[in-house]
Amino acid sequence: MGQRTQVINLYKTLVYLGREYPLGWDYFRPRLKTAFMRNKDVTDPEKIEQLISRGNYVVKEIEALYMLRKYRTLKKRYYSDENENMISEIYRRIESES
Amino acid sequence: MARVLVGVKRVIDYAVKIRVKPDKKGVVTEGVKHSMNPFDEIAVEEAVKMKEKKLASEVVAVSCGPSQAQETLRTALAMGVDRAIHVEVPAGEYETLQPIHISKILAKLAQEEKADIVILGKQAIDDDSNQTAQMTAGVLDWPQATFASKIEKKDSELHVTREIDGGLENIKVKLPAVLSADLRLNEPRYATLPNIMKAKKKPLKKITPKDLGVDISPRIEIISVEEPPVRQAGSVVPDVDTLISKLKESGHV
Repeated sequence: MGQRTQVINLYKTLVYLGREYPLGWDYFRPRLKTAFMRNKDVTDPEKIEQLISRGNYVVKEIEALYMLRKYRTLKKRYYSDENENMISEIYRRIESES
Repeated sequence: MARVLVGVKRVIDYAVKIRVKPDKKGVVTEGVKHSMNPFDEIAVEEAVKMKEKKLASEVVAVSCGPSQAQETLRTALAMGVDRAIHVEVPAGEYETLQPIHISKILAKLAQEEKADIVILGKQAIDDDSNQTAQMTAGVLDWPQATFASKIEKKDSELHVTREIDGGLENIKVKLPAVLSADLRLNEPRYATLPNIMKAKKKPLKKITPKDLGVDISPRIEIISVEEPPVRQAGSVVPDVDTLISKLKESGHV
Protein backbone atom coordinates (compact mmCIF):
# COMPACT_ATOMS: atom_id res chain seq x y z
CA MET A 1 0.00 0.00 0.00
CA GLY A 2 1.36 3.38 -0.97
CA GLN A 3 2.06 5.89 1.76
CA ARG A 4 -0.58 8.23 0.41
CA THR A 5 -3.26 5.55 0.74
CA GLN A 6 -2.01 4.65 4.20
CA VAL A 7 -2.30 8.25 5.37
CA ILE A 8 -5.80 8.59 3.91
CA ASN A 9 -6.89 5.33 5.54
CA LEU A 10 -5.45 6.48 8.85
CA TYR A 11 -7.36 9.74 8.61
CA LYS A 12 -10.60 7.92 7.78
CA THR A 13 -10.14 5.53 10.68
CA LEU A 14 -9.58 8.42 13.07
CA VAL A 15 -12.63 10.24 11.73
CA TYR A 16 -14.66 7.07 12.32
CA LEU A 17 -13.33 6.71 15.86
CA GLY A 18 -13.67 10.40 16.60
CA ARG A 19 -17.45 10.37 16.23
CA GLU A 20 -17.65 8.55 19.55
CA TYR A 21 -15.04 10.63 21.35
CA PRO A 22 -16.17 11.43 24.95
CA LEU A 23 -15.47 15.15 24.55
CA GLY A 24 -17.50 15.23 21.36
CA TRP A 25 -16.96 15.28 17.63
CA ASP A 26 -16.67 19.09 17.65
CA TYR A 27 -13.69 18.80 19.96
CA PHE A 28 -12.06 15.95 18.08
CA ARG A 29 -12.35 17.04 14.44
CA PRO A 30 -10.42 20.34 14.48
CA ARG A 31 -7.63 18.73 16.50
CA LEU A 32 -7.45 15.77 14.15
CA LYS A 33 -7.28 18.05 11.15
CA THR A 34 -4.60 20.31 12.69
CA ALA A 35 -2.53 17.27 13.61
CA PHE A 36 -2.52 16.09 10.02
CA MET A 37 -2.06 19.54 8.46
CA ARG A 38 0.94 20.19 10.70
CA ASN A 39 2.86 17.53 8.79
CA LYS A 40 1.53 18.24 5.31
CA ASP A 41 4.92 19.37 4.00
CA VAL A 42 6.82 16.29 5.19
CA THR A 43 8.34 14.55 2.16
CA ASP A 44 10.95 12.22 3.66
CA PRO A 45 9.48 8.67 3.28
CA GLU A 46 11.13 7.52 6.52
CA LYS A 47 9.66 10.43 8.47
CA ILE A 48 6.23 9.76 6.91
CA GLU A 49 6.53 6.11 7.97
CA GLN A 50 7.23 7.24 11.53
CA LEU A 51 4.22 9.55 11.51
CA ILE A 52 1.96 6.78 10.17
CA SER A 53 3.04 4.39 12.91
CA ARG A 54 2.43 7.13 15.47
CA GLY A 55 -1.05 7.57 14.02
CA ASN A 56 -1.71 3.84 14.24
CA TYR A 57 -0.58 3.93 17.85
CA VAL A 58 -3.11 6.69 18.56
CA VAL A 59 -5.82 4.54 16.92
CA LYS A 60 -5.00 1.65 19.29
CA GLU A 61 -4.98 4.03 22.26
CA ILE A 62 -8.42 5.43 21.40
CA GLU A 63 -9.85 1.94 20.91
CA ALA A 64 -8.43 0.92 24.31
CA LEU A 65 -9.89 4.07 25.87
CA TYR A 66 -13.38 3.26 24.55
CA MET A 67 -13.23 -0.36 25.70
CA LEU A 68 -12.02 0.62 29.15
CA ARG A 69 -14.66 3.31 29.48
CA LYS A 70 -17.40 0.84 28.61
CA TYR A 71 -15.99 -1.83 30.92
CA ARG A 72 -15.75 0.60 33.83
CA THR A 73 -19.28 1.91 33.32
CA LEU A 74 -20.72 -1.60 33.24
CA LYS A 75 -18.70 -2.63 36.26
CA LYS A 76 -19.95 0.36 38.18
CA ARG A 77 -23.53 -0.20 37.08
CA TYR A 78 -23.78 -3.94 37.65
CA TYR A 79 -21.11 -4.86 40.16
CA SER A 80 -21.21 -1.83 42.46
CA ASP A 81 -21.61 -3.70 45.74
CA GLU A 82 -18.65 -5.96 45.01
CA ASN A 83 -16.09 -3.74 46.73
CA GLU A 84 -18.32 -3.38 49.76
CA ASN A 85 -18.69 -7.15 49.95
CA MET A 86 -14.96 -7.57 49.69
CA ILE A 87 -14.34 -5.05 52.46
CA SER A 88 -16.90 -6.61 54.80
CA GLU A 89 -15.39 -10.01 54.04
CA ILE A 90 -11.94 -8.72 55.05
CA TYR A 91 -13.40 -7.22 58.24
CA ARG A 92 -15.03 -10.53 59.07
CA ARG A 93 -11.74 -12.35 58.62
CA ILE A 94 -9.85 -9.87 60.77
CA GLU A 95 -12.47 -10.17 63.50
CA SER A 96 -12.43 -13.95 63.47
CA GLU A 97 -8.65 -14.01 63.66
CA SER A 98 -8.31 -11.55 66.53
CA MET B 1 -16.02 -29.05 15.12
CA ALA B 2 -18.78 -27.11 16.69
CA ARG B 3 -21.07 -24.61 15.08
CA VAL B 4 -21.76 -21.60 17.28
CA LEU B 5 -24.91 -19.50 17.35
CA VAL B 6 -24.67 -16.16 19.08
CA GLY B 7 -27.53 -13.83 19.92
CA VAL B 8 -27.11 -10.06 19.69
CA LYS B 9 -29.47 -7.28 20.69
CA ARG B 10 -29.57 -3.69 19.55
CA VAL B 11 -29.97 -1.48 22.62
CA ILE B 12 -29.70 2.20 23.48
CA ASP B 13 -25.99 2.97 23.83
CA TYR B 14 -24.65 2.58 27.37
CA ALA B 15 -23.44 6.19 27.45
CA VAL B 16 -26.83 7.73 26.58
CA LYS B 17 -28.97 9.34 29.27
CA ILE B 18 -32.32 7.50 29.12
CA ARG B 19 -35.48 9.61 28.99
CA VAL B 20 -39.02 8.39 29.56
CA LYS B 21 -41.62 9.24 26.90
CA PRO B 22 -44.25 11.79 28.02
CA ASP B 23 -47.03 9.17 27.69
CA LYS B 24 -45.07 6.89 30.08
CA LYS B 25 -45.40 3.90 27.77
CA GLY B 26 -41.70 3.52 27.13
CA VAL B 27 -38.43 5.36 26.69
CA VAL B 28 -37.39 7.77 23.95
CA THR B 29 -35.63 5.82 21.18
CA GLU B 30 -36.00 8.18 18.21
CA GLY B 31 -32.78 9.97 17.34
CA VAL B 32 -30.93 8.21 20.16
CA LYS B 33 -27.64 6.44 19.58
CA HIS B 34 -27.94 2.67 19.63
CA SER B 35 -25.26 0.00 19.72
CA MET B 36 -24.77 -3.68 20.41
CA ASN B 37 -25.57 -4.78 23.95
CA PRO B 38 -22.14 -4.86 25.68
CA PHE B 39 -22.71 -8.34 27.12
CA ASP B 40 -23.53 -9.58 23.61
CA GLU B 41 -20.24 -8.10 22.38
CA ILE B 42 -18.54 -10.34 24.92
CA ALA B 43 -20.54 -13.32 23.63
CA VAL B 44 -19.58 -12.52 20.02
CA GLU B 45 -15.93 -12.15 20.99
CA GLU B 46 -15.95 -15.55 22.69
CA ALA B 47 -17.52 -17.20 19.64
CA VAL B 48 -15.03 -15.57 17.27
CA LYS B 49 -12.15 -16.65 19.55
CA MET B 50 -13.46 -20.23 19.39
CA LYS B 51 -13.33 -20.03 15.64
CA GLU B 52 -9.80 -18.61 15.69
CA LYS B 53 -8.68 -21.45 17.94
CA LYS B 54 -10.24 -23.88 15.44
CA LEU B 55 -12.72 -25.07 18.08
CA ALA B 56 -15.64 -23.82 16.04
CA SER B 57 -16.27 -24.30 12.34
CA GLU B 58 -18.72 -21.48 11.85
CA VAL B 59 -20.18 -18.61 13.86
CA VAL B 60 -23.71 -17.40 13.12
CA ALA B 61 -25.18 -14.26 14.69
CA VAL B 62 -28.91 -13.75 15.25
CA SER B 63 -30.80 -10.61 16.12
CA CYS B 64 -34.54 -10.07 16.57
CA GLY B 65 -36.05 -6.65 16.01
CA PRO B 66 -36.97 -3.98 13.49
CA SER B 67 -34.84 -3.35 10.39
CA GLN B 68 -32.24 -1.37 12.37
CA ALA B 69 -31.23 -4.63 14.06
CA GLN B 70 -29.23 -5.25 10.89
CA GLU B 71 -26.75 -2.52 11.93
CA THR B 72 -25.99 -4.54 15.04
CA LEU B 73 -25.60 -7.69 12.96
CA ARG B 74 -23.13 -5.83 10.73
CA THR B 75 -21.10 -4.96 13.80
CA ALA B 76 -21.09 -8.64 14.76
CA LEU B 77 -19.99 -9.56 11.21
CA ALA B 78 -17.24 -6.94 11.43
CA MET B 79 -16.01 -8.56 14.64
CA GLY B 80 -15.53 -11.84 12.79
CA VAL B 81 -18.89 -13.63 12.66
CA ASP B 82 -19.36 -15.60 9.40
CA ARG B 83 -23.00 -14.93 8.64
CA ALA B 84 -26.05 -13.33 10.17
CA ILE B 85 -29.76 -14.01 10.51
CA HIS B 86 -32.15 -11.13 11.02
CA VAL B 87 -35.48 -12.16 12.53
CA GLU B 88 -37.63 -9.22 11.58
CA VAL B 89 -40.12 -8.05 14.18
CA PRO B 90 -41.96 -4.77 13.44
CA ALA B 91 -41.30 -1.93 15.90
CA GLY B 92 -44.84 -2.07 17.34
CA GLU B 93 -44.66 -5.76 18.17
CA TYR B 94 -41.05 -5.44 19.33
CA GLU B 95 -42.11 -3.38 22.36
CA THR B 96 -43.88 -6.34 23.93
CA LEU B 97 -41.40 -8.96 22.72
CA GLN B 98 -40.07 -10.81 25.74
CA PRO B 99 -37.33 -13.33 26.56
CA ILE B 100 -39.91 -16.13 26.24
CA HIS B 101 -40.44 -15.25 22.56
CA ILE B 102 -36.75 -14.69 21.84
CA SER B 103 -35.80 -17.99 23.45
CA LYS B 104 -38.30 -19.87 21.30
CA ILE B 105 -36.92 -18.16 18.18
CA LEU B 106 -33.32 -18.91 19.20
CA ALA B 107 -34.16 -22.52 20.06
CA LYS B 108 -35.77 -23.02 16.67
CA LEU B 109 -32.81 -21.46 14.87
CA ALA B 110 -30.31 -23.47 16.91
CA GLN B 111 -32.02 -26.63 15.68
CA GLU B 112 -32.37 -25.44 12.10
CA GLU B 113 -28.76 -24.34 11.90
CA LYS B 114 -27.58 -27.47 13.72
CA ALA B 115 -25.72 -25.39 16.31
CA ASP B 116 -23.72 -27.14 19.03
CA ILE B 117 -23.14 -24.09 21.19
CA VAL B 118 -25.41 -21.11 21.75
CA ILE B 119 -23.70 -18.11 23.38
CA LEU B 120 -25.69 -15.12 24.60
CA GLY B 121 -24.94 -12.09 26.71
CA LYS B 122 -26.07 -12.69 30.30
CA GLN B 123 -28.52 -9.81 30.05
CA ALA B 124 -29.33 -6.77 27.94
CA ILE B 125 -28.61 -3.36 29.38
CA ASP B 126 -32.05 -2.04 28.41
CA ASP B 127 -34.53 -4.41 30.07
CA ASP B 128 -32.01 -6.30 32.28
CA SER B 129 -34.18 -9.42 32.12
CA ASN B 130 -31.39 -12.01 32.37
CA GLN B 131 -33.72 -14.78 31.21
CA THR B 132 -33.06 -15.51 27.54
CA ALA B 133 -30.14 -17.94 27.92
CA GLN B 134 -31.86 -19.88 30.69
CA MET B 135 -35.15 -20.08 28.81
CA THR B 136 -33.43 -21.07 25.55
CA ALA B 137 -31.73 -23.96 27.35
CA GLY B 138 -35.12 -24.87 28.77
CA VAL B 139 -36.89 -24.87 25.41
CA LEU B 140 -34.10 -26.93 23.79
CA ASP B 141 -33.69 -29.15 26.86
CA TRP B 142 -29.91 -28.57 26.66
CA PRO B 143 -27.53 -28.03 29.58
CA GLN B 144 -26.75 -24.43 30.45
CA ALA B 145 -23.68 -22.63 31.77
CA THR B 146 -24.68 -19.10 32.65
CA PHE B 147 -22.55 -16.12 33.83
CA ALA B 148 -19.46 -17.66 32.29
CA SER B 149 -16.16 -15.96 33.07
CA LYS B 150 -14.01 -18.67 31.48
CA ILE B 151 -14.81 -21.31 28.86
CA GLU B 152 -12.50 -24.18 27.91
CA LYS B 153 -13.27 -26.93 25.45
CA LYS B 154 -12.09 -30.41 26.37
CA ASP B 155 -13.06 -33.19 23.97
CA SER B 156 -16.83 -33.07 23.68
CA GLU B 157 -17.28 -31.15 26.92
CA LEU B 158 -17.00 -27.55 27.98
CA HIS B 159 -15.36 -26.62 31.27
CA VAL B 160 -16.96 -23.40 32.38
CA THR B 161 -16.11 -21.10 35.26
CA ARG B 162 -19.23 -19.31 36.47
CA GLU B 163 -19.53 -16.12 38.45
CA ILE B 164 -21.80 -16.78 41.41
CA ASP B 165 -22.54 -14.87 44.60
CA GLY B 166 -19.38 -14.62 46.63
CA GLY B 167 -17.13 -16.65 44.34
CA LEU B 168 -16.67 -18.83 41.30
CA GLU B 169 -18.11 -22.19 40.34
CA ASN B 170 -16.47 -24.67 37.94
CA ILE B 171 -18.81 -26.87 35.97
CA LYS B 172 -18.67 -29.30 33.06
CA VAL B 173 -21.36 -29.33 30.38
CA LYS B 174 -21.86 -31.72 27.51
CA LEU B 175 -22.52 -30.36 24.06
CA PRO B 176 -24.86 -29.13 22.76
CA ALA B 177 -25.17 -26.41 25.41
CA VAL B 178 -26.33 -22.86 26.00
CA LEU B 179 -23.87 -20.38 27.54
CA SER B 180 -24.26 -16.83 28.77
CA ALA B 181 -21.36 -14.40 28.99
CA ASP B 182 -20.43 -12.39 32.06
CA LEU B 183 -18.40 -9.20 32.04
CA ARG B 184 -15.02 -10.77 32.78
CA LEU B 185 -15.16 -13.49 30.12
CA ASN B 186 -13.02 -11.53 27.65
CA GLU B 187 -12.28 -8.10 26.23
CA PRO B 188 -14.28 -7.68 23.05
CA ARG B 189 -12.38 -6.34 20.03
CA TYR B 190 -13.30 -3.10 18.36
CA ALA B 191 -15.14 -3.36 15.03
CA THR B 192 -12.67 -1.45 12.85
CA LEU B 193 -13.67 0.64 9.85
CA PRO B 194 -12.14 -1.67 7.18
CA ASN B 195 -13.82 -4.67 8.83
CA ILE B 196 -17.18 -2.90 8.86
CA MET B 197 -16.76 -2.29 5.12
CA LYS B 198 -15.88 -5.95 4.55
CA ALA B 199 -18.85 -7.03 6.69
CA LYS B 200 -21.21 -5.49 4.14
CA LYS B 201 -20.30 -8.34 1.77
CA LYS B 202 -20.98 -11.10 4.30
CA PRO B 203 -24.31 -12.97 3.99
CA LEU B 204 -27.29 -11.73 5.97
CA LYS B 205 -30.52 -13.72 5.84
CA LYS B 206 -33.85 -12.16 6.70
CA ILE B 207 -36.69 -14.21 8.16
CA THR B 208 -39.79 -13.63 10.28
CA PRO B 209 -40.93 -15.34 13.50
CA LYS B 210 -43.82 -16.73 11.41
CA ASP B 211 -41.34 -18.55 9.15
CA LEU B 212 -40.06 -20.30 12.27
CA GLY B 213 -43.58 -21.00 13.53
CA VAL B 214 -43.09 -18.95 16.68
CA ASP B 215 -46.05 -17.06 18.12
CA ILE B 216 -44.96 -13.60 19.24
CA SER B 217 -48.31 -12.34 20.49
CA PRO B 218 -47.78 -10.18 23.58
CA ARG B 219 -47.91 -11.73 27.03
CA ILE B 220 -47.65 -8.42 28.77
CA GLU B 221 -49.15 -4.97 28.52
CA ILE B 222 -47.00 -1.98 29.36
CA ILE B 223 -48.96 -0.02 31.95
CA SER B 224 -46.45 2.64 32.81
CA VAL B 225 -42.73 3.38 32.67
CA GLU B 226 -41.37 5.63 35.44
CA GLU B 227 -38.09 7.42 35.96
CA PRO B 228 -36.09 6.30 39.00
CA PRO B 229 -36.46 8.60 42.03
CA VAL B 230 -34.16 11.62 41.90
CA ARG B 231 -31.41 11.66 44.51
CA GLN B 232 -32.30 14.02 47.37
CA ALA B 233 -30.20 17.12 47.70
CA GLY B 234 -27.67 17.14 50.53
CA SER B 235 -26.94 19.99 52.90
CA VAL B 236 -23.84 21.50 54.47
CA VAL B 237 -23.71 21.41 58.25
CA PRO B 238 -21.91 24.17 60.20
CA ASP B 239 -20.03 22.00 62.72
CA VAL B 240 -19.42 18.49 64.00
CA ASP B 241 -22.04 18.70 66.77
CA THR B 242 -24.79 19.48 64.28
CA LEU B 243 -23.55 16.64 62.08
CA ILE B 244 -23.74 14.17 64.97
CA SER B 245 -27.17 15.31 66.08
CA LYS B 246 -28.41 15.08 62.47
CA LEU B 247 -26.97 11.58 62.08
CA LYS B 248 -28.65 10.56 65.33
CA GLU B 249 -31.92 12.05 64.16
CA SER B 250 -31.87 9.98 60.98
CA GLY B 251 -30.81 6.89 62.88
CA HIS B 252 -27.37 6.38 61.36
CA VAL B 253 -25.46 6.37 64.66
